[in-house]
Amino acid sequence: MHADVVAMHISNGIIGVPVSALAAVLAAAVLAICLVKARADLDDRLAPMAGLVAAFIFAVQMLNFPVLPGVSGHLLGGALAVMLVGPWVGSLCVALVLTVQALLFADGGLTALGLNILNMGIVGTFVAYGLVVVLLKVVPRTNAGIVTTAWIVSVISVVVASQAFVLEYALGGTTSISLTTISGTMAGFHFLIGAGEAVITAITLGTVAKVRPDLVYALRGRQQSLVIATPITDRAA
Amino acid sequence: MSARRTKHIAFLVGGLLVSLLLAGVVSNFTSSSPDGLDSATLDGCSVNSEDEIASGDCAATKAEDHELAGGPLAGYAVKGIDNEFVATGLSGVIGVLVVFAIGGGLFWLVRRRGAGAADSPGA
Repeated sequence: MHADVVAMHISNGIIGVPVSALAAVLAAAVLAICLVKARADLDDRLAPMAGLVAAFIFAVQMLNFPVLPGVSGHLLGGALAVMLVGPWVGSLCVALVLTVQALLFADGGLTALGLNILNMGIVGTFVAYGLVVVLLKVVPRTNAGIVTTAWIVSVISVVVASQAFVLEYALGGTTSISLTTISGTMAGFHFLIGAGEAVITAITLGTVAKVRPDLVYALRGRQQSLVIATPITDRAA
Repeated sequence: MSARRTKHIAFLVGGLLVSLLLAGVVSNFTSSSPDGLDSATLDGCSVNSEDEIASGDCAATKAEDHELAGGPLAGYAVKGIDNEFVATGLSGVIGVLVVFAIGGGLFWLVRRRGAGAADSPGA
């Protein structure tokens, strides 16, 4: 039962160098935009909170849960990050976790870092954000509504992120496994992993929403009085 | 204001402690099976006891070793510690603290600054 996690993210050599390099450039460009946009969502109070969100995602990514005999899964974190700190800061949180994992823990190749950031930090996160925006127009912004949203967003964002890998494999895979096979296997496994992600995301969000609703990005519209420093946002923009 | 500040710091400390507990202790009681991505890319290959592809045809056939596979924390285990429980837990604790330090520092640097920011009006 020892967690001898060899690798949880894309290793080197599975996707060729040109596509990996392209992914790195694309990821760097999007993260640069995130860094600029993140400013509006961070103040003295929320900056350390965002650091905590990144640290928490790192911790939970270490927890591989079984999904099928011989197959495990772990949180990707995009849904949780978006609902707690918004898409810009959230992307940066997941990207930071992946970078530290690649540099310190030899998890996810350095050559493949752009691919991993693109799939989990950017695709997973922004798909989650799009879904949150749409769902919160329909679902009431109550704690129960937030938890329901967390479920749906987690499952879909994880499956879509898994298909981003399939697209990269189609463009630059170093082997020639049938795309329908790999797409189906990835989607099936990640549907189950998404269900696990949903449990973790829902529990975490439910807890934070109860203790400190003012720290939940997805609840900001509900309590106008708790929107952080609205006049300053206007000045900064 | 000061009570609110205390509450805020308490939340941060509590969140960090939960993260340290998960990465430092709970991480030892998790599944050691390959994750969804690994399983999918290894589908079709057989893997030996050293986690190397022995035979078969799969998406990971040409996977290469990590550039930093010999690092002191590689594979979520602190090199030189024989007790696996401690080696994994300690690597998790270091990871949480490093991510919090870099993340907190980065977000602090890019945060909004201004007259109102410190007072958090309405918060």
